[in-house]
Parts: sequence; structure tokens; C-alpha cells
Amino acid sequence: MASYKPTKIPVYPKLGEKVTGDTLYWKNYKTPIQIKEFGAVSNIDFSPVAPYNFAVTAFTRIHLYGPLSQEPVKTYTRFKDTAYCGRFRSDGQLLVAGCEDSVVRLFDVGGKVALRMFKGHTKAVHVTDFTSDRYQILTGSDDYTCCLWDIPNSVKLNTYQEHTDYIRCGVTSKLNRDLFVTGSYDHSLKVFDARTDKSVMTINHGHPVESLLLYPSEGLLVSAGGRYVRVWDLLKGGQPLVSLKNHHKTVTCLALSKNGQRLLSGSLDRHVKVYNTTTYKVVHNFDYPAAILSLALAPKDKSIVVGMTNSILNIKHQKPSEKAKATAGHARRRPSYRVYSHRKRYNPKLDDYLVSKPVREHLAKYDKQLKKFNVSKALDRALEAGTKARKPEITVAVIKELDRRGTLKNALAGRDEQELSQLLRFMIGNLIDARFAPVLITPAEMILDIYQSVIGQSPVVDKQLLHLQSLLERELDYQKDLLEVLGMLDTLFASSLPKMEVPCSGISTSNGLTLGESTASRPQVQVT
Amino acid sequence: MVEHGDVRVVHKGGSKINFREPALSIDSRFLLCASGECVKVFSTSTEECLHELQGHTDLVTGVLLRPSNHLQAYSCSLDGTVRLWDFTDGIPIRTYVIGYPIHGIYASAKHEGVIFIITPMHTDTNSELFQLVAVHLPQSGEQLVEARELSAVLSNVSSNPAATAFGREGQYIVSAKPLELEVYFFKKQKSYSFYLKKDNQKGGKNTFTCITCHPTEDCIASGHEDGKIRLWRNFNHKKEYTYSTLHWHHSAVSSLRFTPEGTNLLSGGVESVLVQWRYNQESQRDFLPRLGGAITHISVSPDGALFCTSHSDNKITIIQSCVKVSAVIQGLVKGDGIRTDLMIDPRSKALVLNGKPGHLQFYSLQRDKLLFNLDIVQQEYIHESGLQQFEVVMAAFDAGGSWLATVEERKQKDAELELSLKLWAFDDRRQSFVLNTTISAPHEAQITALCFPHVSDGQTTMLVSTSRDGHFKAWQLAAPAHTEADKGLSWSCDFVGAYHSLVPERCCFSADSSLLAVSFQEVVTVWTPASWELLTTLSQPPGAIRDLCFGRLSCSKYLLAATTSKLLCCWNLLTCSLEWVTSMDVSLLRADPLSENMAAFCFEAGSTDLFVFKPCEPRPLFSHKALCSGRVTHAVFAPREVMLESCDESSQWLNSSQLFFLSPSMDLLTFITKAEEDRLMASNKQLVVSDDVAMTPFHLLLGKHQKQQQDNPQQESSQSVEPIPQPSSSAGINELLQMPAHVLPSASFLCSMFVQSLLISVKDPSASEQNKEEEEMESEKEEEDSDGEMESRISRPEHMPSGGQESVCAAPTLTKEEARKLRRLKKLDHSWMKGLLDK
Repeated sequence: MASYKPTKIPVYPKLGEKVTGDTLYWKNYKTPIQIKEFGAVSNIDFSPVAPYNFAVTAFTRIHLYGPLSQEPVKTYTRFKDTAYCGRFRSDGQLLVAGCEDSVVRLFDVGGKVALRMFKGHTKAVHVTDFTSDRYQILTGSDDYTCCLWDIPNSVKLNTYQEHTDYIRCGVTSKLNRDLFVTGSYDHSLKVFDARTDKSVMTINHGHPVESLLLYPSEGLLVSAGGRYVRVWDLLKGGQPLVSLKNHHKTVTCLALSKNGQRLLSGSLDRHVKVYNTTTYKVVHNFDYPAAILSLALAPKDKSIVVGMTNSILNIKHQKPSEKAKATAGHARRRPSYRVYSHRKRYNPKLDDYLVSKPVREHLAKYDKQLKKFNVSKALDRALEAGTKARKPEITVAVIKELDRRGTLKNALAGRDEQELSQLLRFMIGNLIDARFAPVLITPAEMILDIYQSVIGQSPVVDKQLLHLQSLLERELDYQKDLLEVLGMLDTLFASSLPKMEVPCSGISTSNGLTLGESTASRPQVQVT
Repeated sequence: MVEHGDVRVVHKGGSKINFREPALSIDSRFLLCASGECVKVFSTSTEECLHELQGHTDLVTGVLLRPSNHLQAYSCSLDGTVRLWDFTDGIPIRTYVIGYPIHGIYASAKHEGVIFIITPMHTDTNSELFQLVAVHLPQSGEQLVEARELSAVLSNVSSNPAATAFGREGQYIVSAKPLELEVYFFKKQKSYSFYLKKDNQKGGKNTFTCITCHPTEDCIASGHEDGKIRLWRNFNHKKEYTYSTLHWHHSAVSSLRFTPEGTNLLSGGVESVLVQWRYNQESQRDFLPRLGGAITHISVSPDGALFCTSHSDNKITIIQSCVKVSAVIQGLVKGDGIRTDLMIDPRSKALVLNGKPGHLQFYSLQRDKLLFNLDIVQQEYIHESGLQQFEVVMAAFDAGGSWLATVEERKQKDAELELSLKLWAFDDRRQSFVLNTTISAPHEAQITALCFPHVSDGQTTMLVSTSRDGHFKAWQLAAPAHTEADKGLSWSCDFVGAYHSLVPERCCFSADSSLLAVSFQEVVTVWTPASWELLTTLSQPPGAIRDLCFGRLSCSKYLLAATTSKLLCCWNLLTCSLEWVTSMDVSLLRADPLSENMAAFCFEAGSTDLFVFKPCEPRPLFSHKALCSGRVTHAVFAPREVMLESCDESSQWLNSSQLFFLSPSMDLLTFITKAEEDRLMASNKQLVVSDDVAMTPFHLLLGKHQKQQQDNPQQESSQSVEPIPQPSSSAGINELLQMPAHVLPSASFLCSMFVQSLLISVKDPSASEQNKEEEEMESEKEEEDSDGEMESRISRPEHMPSGGQESVCAAPTLTKEEARKLRRLKKLDHSWMKGLLDK
């Protein structure tokens, strides 16, 4: 005797993107915190030491935020004009920022007033950074020059005048105190050595360079400009490694995730894309409400901070990991003093006689009703289960099963207004889904047949029916359009295939049409 | 034409076991059921077939335990005989010749020596009228007895044996006609009839379907077309009868049975639920649901320990009285049609075809046993007539048996056709097929053919399906496009091909799988699966291609096609030209996977002929005219386990494989060579040791019995083995010891003889010991001597001398010395026999 076979819920192919490890990782962030700044957020920099505050440069101010605070813990306001590029020193004690008024200011993180003011540039300074020996500052300016300054003496050490356009980005080496790279609107990247007077390497990016990034090993250099993100191998003399064109507007900022395995790029097209740094494929994508100007990741990816042109700062914090949660829960459990010998832990001995108990199989609620041939109740339970689990396939599978048993009409009939509107809501939600439409058309017709006599008695049901009608009309238009496109494609394919001469003996007609694509993936056309 | 003298068509297993109600032995150890032309005895605990009681020459229509001897059973058949069997040993005891086709048999303990049978009222015409006839079985020692004392009891009864039943202690017999219940009381010699209206108020049909009587009370239970059960009481008066109604079944009740004590009533119908009603407390019911196919018969063992139900899917379920299934005896399920072709599972070498609804059955041809059913549809089966169910319509195995592709469909109407293609992978750990991929709606119309390439290394990664929607699709085994390590391989569509919007009907891979031939009506297109290019088209109009087949081994360059315009074409693919054409109306073309041979079933003048040939020469190796009437549509070559080494040209094609086919009447038939048949016969007979012993006094004593057996044509076959010469002296002891003790004369009679025989045999003691060892084997054979026969033997000792003399003449191998001894014995013989006679 076989037991009752439960309704099989088919697994439909997932529409949309595939769930990968990356998707799960990058989805594991809380809802973002949005903070309104005074102007477009041009730069964000995390302090390299705990508690990992970050400096947000926006308009004429630099705000310092704590890792969890939504209010700035400190504000630097002593700028005459728009501030640029507020950056921390590697010990987190000092902060440097450029300004539209060509003065470079150096702040103590604790103080409010600038410790040093470096004057010497003639135009706005967009690039400032500390060298890795912590005693010098690199600046790049719109006057096409970049300079090295000594902090203790606040004197200009060297000036490099090799770029032929604005210098808008630059980065210093963390391993070598003398090396730094600048990128300019003249499409070029230049690698400088402070021990020489000239650049040691020039790389052509092909577009005005907006952002630069050095890998932790400093063998690879990433540059962003135009729609491109390019990776260069510095050890091979600036050989291009890969060119990524995944944004459709200018890429403005770059960041690396915690262990350098993922590269993030933000763009004016309002997307942040995450690349795998071994395959350089996009593995994830974030959407933001406005064009992105700046992007930074906290150490260990604890938070993603994005600054946008509409002066909104968007902070996403990572959710606490499952492990942390589990340990926390474990600690909370009360200690147990009594030890029970649980039945399940009893191990039968060798010569024990085992009396097997029939295993009661667990059936879903709708299956229990189906087993008893209670068709209406089974449909009700399936509607509940489908909506609760957000899995319409459960309801669809039960409807299909009822149809197979020939009792679908009985199950649909005899419903009051509330039950009918629940059913109609489900129909509205799923009737035009290509996966369910073939099954759901039959019950939809049956509902209309059964309840046509009571149409007009309930405003709720009438409204839903009208909604359903408009949905169907729209769907028909879509299908018509799709068929047209399909027809066009067929002509294109047919004309692009080379005509083959068939060496046939029997009949002399030409080759038939061979379609080189899989129809399994072709959209199924349903005409309702 | 080649003569086919030594190749014969034989039935091969898979007979019906659910035709009539099975009988359970009194100790519930054995189950007897009618199966085609024989009666099968099954063990209820091991489900194995113990004996096949063979002897009837037509369909067996009933099996019944003999009420007076529970170790014997009657069986009746359409050949007009009733046979009495000792079913524990599988020995025929007696044959009663009635002379009319018998449709059912009844007996009651009260009516000693009388059986009741259902025979047609008019023997000459195939009339629909039947009568119940009482037959007095003559008391005779003969093997073949003609029963002439017939007396009609009831006329115009139903031919369905379930519609007639004996009442309490055999006092009356009840028979149900469509709308009439007739009760015949033996004592009063009177019958009463009770009528029902054709339809009741609610529109249910009142037609009787089955009937049974309470064993201890005057109560008749009747089942009806509308699912009602009526319990009739007080029916020994014409007017004052009453009945109560029970209703649970939603469609016709097909079988009813009371338990021996009468405490419970069992009923079953198309719902496949065994319902147990408490007698007098009918609101209490026990159910045993989901037994399989519709219940056709229920029977109860005389001790009430076991029930068994026969099902429409050729199955007998044995149920313990605590309503728990204890065993299932499953025959080959043939249902109403074989939708899938016959296939051979390359792993288990089992025959595979669709069986139970939504299942594929694996049937072992060697053991004639159903191995298992594979659930393809995996849905709850709703037992309701008129409901469109999912059916397995197509299945294919790959060459290594590691993949199985199945197609299931529901609803014949084109608009609402539900199709799904499932691919099953063989799981070595579970030793079963596990669902790998389900493709719902693989095509827009019915699938006409499925085909795996023949890959030798077993790594199949392709499947081709053709459909009425005008496309053929190639399915490829591959990892999903988005690489995920945890997800295994699955099948997806690789290529869709079409040709001039014609409908593809058949597809076939060449032996090395480098070519795929797809037939589009009258055109054969040849494709290369490597790049999916159309290589060539072949055609021989007019007439669409009906079947398509590539040659194998040395003939793999040939492609054969059978067309509807009665042509069999053979193309050479190297030259792309027609090699030969013959005019044959081939309905089925099959290639032997192990040789170059091909079998073509041709439909000619209402019957099917078989031609076996090699594609390289258009001359048949073997032909067989008129295999069976009608078209053969299903056939398969099954590889043999042991190769035959026949060098005869006409039977050589059977060396590596055996050809099985299904006749239109759903009989599984096969071909057997003379040599094979002899070998099978010999192996059967090894168990039966010869009785042909040399002359001894005991032989003389038993001479009558021997003679009688030799007269019996049934026994001839089992005794026709060449005699094994045995020493005469030891045979005496042998005979003595293997005789059942209760049929021997008293020990005082035998003592002197026994001692004497021992004295003589002293010279050859080793031989006697050797024979003692054989005794156990032989005793089995000798148990057929029932009391009745023994009595007759002893009561007529005067025949003995003549019988003995005959046998002496018939034994030429006696030596002089032995003859002398025998003479001495004879003298002695007469003396003690005289004494016996005087008494």
C-alpha cells in the first residue's frame, strides 16, 4: 500500500539575477542612514585607526562622523571656499584638505583651527595626501602642478609641472615614502619618485582621470575616468591589464573591499558596481538615488558610505553576523541543572528487540484537506500558504491538482465576497506571470462563469474584476509587441544564415530553416 | 524462403492473475489463482510461485478448495473440464469431463460429491444466457472421469461468478441478475425472486454487481452499480423480506465478502479502498486505502487470518485480518494499452513498459516476476472513472542504463495538452532511478519519438525528441549556465531543428552516434550531432516513413526505413543512394543491438509475418508466416544472458538475443528454438525421477497403478524420460520404503518378503545404499497415490498376475540369475497372495 503522495510543488526557474555568495554578502547590510550635507559630497575618507571615524568633505566643511553616530562628532569649518579631499594621516592624528582658494590646510583631529596652511598653488587644490613617512604632504592642483610639502617646516619641497590639465586625483604609496601617482584631466597618469625631478612612468588612460587606487601590494594601479575603469600592472611598466566598461556614465570613485578581493566603483549613473578582482566580472550592483561622487568602505567592510551630488550622505552598516548572534543567544540561555535522558539519545543494544512505530508523515494543510477530498478548504489553505510564504507556486500547484482531479469548479464555487476577493487578488497578482498563466487561465474563466450572475452586487469584487480586465488588456498588447519583435528577429536570423547546398539524392529542394537558439529560453507566447 | 521448422512461437510469462477470485488454503499458507490456462499456487508469505498446475487447454475460469478435503482444489475451465488437484505438491488427481464450457464453479460442504457450475444454456451458439448446473461427480478411481449426471438448478444466471453465492451452510443458493435477486432453497426445492427498480429516486443505478451470504445467519449482502450495499434479510418469504442499505462507495461495488465468523463484511470497488464493515454495527468501518488498481475480487481464507484482494492492475494483495498489507503478488501489468514501447533496461535486463497508471514497470523475463514499479508521475492517483490521468507515453534508456527519459501527458485534446519530459539518473547507492530534470512543456504538441545516442563508454549527454509541433529538439546534459558548484548536472535544450515545417515522426542514431536520422513524413533528414548541420536528405515517395532504423556492426552504413506505401527501403549512407527496396507492409522494424540482424513485422492479410534479415543482403535469414492476427506494434530484442551456440542458419539469429513481441491481444510472445526447448524440458524433468523400475513383487503389486498412470495422457510427458537401469534386488526395498505406510499391507505380510529381498541383495549392498539416498527424492513423486486409488488397487488383486506377466515380457534386461530369482519369488508371491484372497 502506498501512502498519500503530496502535491508536488514545481520549482520554477528563478527570474532575475542568480543568488551567489557575493549577492548574499553585499545584501547583508541594514537599511541605509541618509544624512543631508551642505553640498555635494566630494570625498569620504576613513581614519586608519580605531574607532574608524570618517571625514566627509562637502561644500565648505569637513564633518567627522563616528562609526555608528548619525551626528558629526567634529566639524572643520575654517574654509573660505569649497573644501576638497579631506584625508587622514596613517596614524589618524592629522587631517589635510585642499580648498577652492588654493590653500592647503592641515588640522589636528582634536583641534578646530588649522595647524598649518600651505600656500603656493595658484588655483584650487583638489588632491591632498600624506606620504607614507608621515612628514610630507602631496598636493595636486588645477594649476597643472603637484607639490610635495614638508609638514614640520611647512615648506614646499618640490613642484612637478608635467601634467597639461587639472590634476584631480592622486595617491601615495603606502610602502615607499617617495612614490606617488597623480591622475589628470589630460588623460594621463604619472608615477613620480620624490628622489628624482621627473615622472618615472606615464600611462595614458584615454579619458580624464577621476579617481586612482593602488592595490595593497601596489603592483596594480586602478584608474577611473570616463566610463572606464582600467587596471594597470605597474611592475610590468604600466601595462594595461584589464579595461572595464560597466557604467554608462563617468566613473567618479573607486574603493577596495576588506581583503582586496572585490573592487567597487561608483559612477554618475547612480550605481556602485562590485567587481571580482580575479575575474573582473561584476558580481554585485548597488542602486542609489543620485549621481555618486564619493565612496568609501570601512575596515572589514563594516559599512559602505556613499556621497552623492544631491548632498546626501548614505551610510549602510553591515548586519551583525550569524555567528555573533548565535553566541549571544547561547550566552543568554539559563544554565540547566537537571539532566534528562532524552528518548532520542537512547542507543539500542545489540539484542534489543526494536518495535518500530509507524512514522507519521507530515502533510501540508492543503494536502490534508486534499487527502480528505475537501476541495474548497484545500484551495483556501493553499491561498493562505501561498500568500504567507510569498510563493504563488504553491497555490498554482494546488489549483493544477484540483483541475487534474476534475473538482476545480467545485472548489471555486460557493464563495462569499471576502473569499472571492481573496481569490481575485491572487489572480490579479499572478495571472499574467508567464510561469503560471497556462494554469491560471482555466480557473479565471471558471470564476467568471460561476460568478457572472452576481457581478454588480459588490463594489470590491467589481473593482477587482475591472483591474483584472485592464491587466489582461495590457498583457495582450505586450504579447503582440513581443510577437512582432520575434518576427523581426526571425527574419534577421534567416537572412544571416548562409545558404547551404545539400548534397541530396532524393529531393532537390533547399535546406530547411534551422534555428540555432534554444526555444526553452524563448518567451512562451500565451494568448489569453 | 527459409523453413522455420525448429523455431516456435511460445507464450512467455506475464499472464493475468486477477481474472478470477483467488482461493486461500485453509492454513492460509497457499494462494491459488487462475492464470491463463493454468492454476498458480503462490506462497502467501514469500510471494513466490510454488507450482503451476498445468493441464487445462483453455482459460481457467475458477479455482475452489474442495470442501471435503482441504488439501485438494477444483479448477474449472472453458475447455469443459473440472480438475481436482493436490495443490501442495502440484499433482493432478482427477479430471472430470463435463463437455460444456464452464464459467464458474461453486461447492458447499453440505453437498457432498456435487459441484455447481455455470455453463451456457445453449452450447451451439454463443448465447449470453447461462445456467447454474449441479454436477454429481462420480466416485471412480479413474484419472479421467466423465461426469454425466447434470441437473439444472437455476436458469438464466449471470456469467459473472461473483453474482452467485451459497447461503448459510449450503441451504440455499443466491444468484443476482441485473435487477433481480433469486434465492433457491435446496430443502424446499423452491426459489424466490426479489426485484428492484431500474433507477432509484436519486438517479443511482440499482443493478446488482456482486453478492455474498452471511456464513451463520440468513443474510444476503448485495453490491450495486451506484455503490450501495444492501443487506437482505427474511427472504424465505416471498413478501416479507427486508433490506437495509449501506453506502460508502461512490461507484460500483465490485466485490463483497463476509469473514468466516460473519463478524465483518468486506467490500471493494473502483476506489481501491478495502472497506471493512462491522456486521450489525455498520456505522463502524475500517478502511485500507490506496491498494493500487481497482479492486476486482476479495477472498477470505477459511480460518479468517488473511484476506486477499485482486486488482485491475494484475495484482493480488494479501492482507492480514488486522487490515495490514502483508504481501503483494504482482503480475505483468498490461492495462488497456501499452503506450510506451517495449524496452530492455540495460542494467537489470528487465523488460520495461508502462504498467500501473503513471508508473513504469520493470519485469524480469528470466524469473517471470515483476521487479518493481518506478513512479514517474509522482502524483496521487484518483480512482474515478472518466478522469483524465497523466500517462507515461514514452520512455527511453541510454545504452549504459544510467539515464532514463520519460514523457508523460494528460488530455488528448491539442488545446490543453499537458506534457512533461523527465530525465532520471541511475543512483548506484539507492539502486534506482532518481529524478534529475523535469522539463514541463518540452514541445508544443505530442512527442512522437525519443532517442538516446548509443555511446559505448556510457557517458550519454544527449537526447533527441521529435514532436508533432514540427520540431525536433536535442537536449544536452550540462552544468547550469550560471556556474554554481553545488548544483549538479541537468538537461537543457541544445538545438531545435525543423524541416520545411513537416512533422517529424521517427528519429534514430547511427551505431557510432555520429549521425542522426529524423524522418519528416516521406523525407529522411540526416544530421550530424556534432555541429547540427543537415548533411543530406533521403526520400522514396510516396508514403510517409513509418519506422526508421540504422544497421549495426558491419551493416552500420545502411539506413532502413519502412513507409506507409508498403515499401521497405535501404539506403547506403556512404554513397547516399538507395541500396534496395522491397515491397512489404512493414509495421515495425527492430534492430538487434548485438548483431546485424533486423526484424521486420509485416502486416499481410489480417495477420502479421516476421522476417529477419541483414541489411547487407535483402534475403531473409528467417521468416515466420502468420505469427498472430492483427498488427504487432510492440517488439524488442532482449539480449540473452548466455549465448546460444546454434549453427543452424534459421535459428542463428536467436543466438545473442531473444525477440519478444506483444500480440494485439496483449500476449507477450517470444521465439524459442528446438534445442532450447529440449533443454528447458530436460531441466524441468530432472526433478521427476523415473518410475520405470525393474520387475519386483512390489512392482507387481503396484502394476495396476502403473498401468493406470501410463494410460493417462497427462502423465506421459513426465514419464517419457529414458529409464534408468536399476538393480532389481534393491528396487524391492526401494518400492517398499517409498510407499506411504498407510497404503501398505500389514507388516506380517511383508516381513518374509522383505527379509528375502534383503537376502538376495546381499551381493550388492552399495547399490541399495545408493538407492536409499534417492528415496527422498522419489517419495515426492509417489505421494500422488491418494486413498481412493489405493483402495481400488487393493480391492482388485486378481488383475495382478496378468499385469505382472506383461511387465516381465516388457523387461528384456533381466539376467538369467535375476529371472530365476524372480520365478522363485513368484511362487512365494502366489502363496501369500492366496492367503490374502481367502481372507
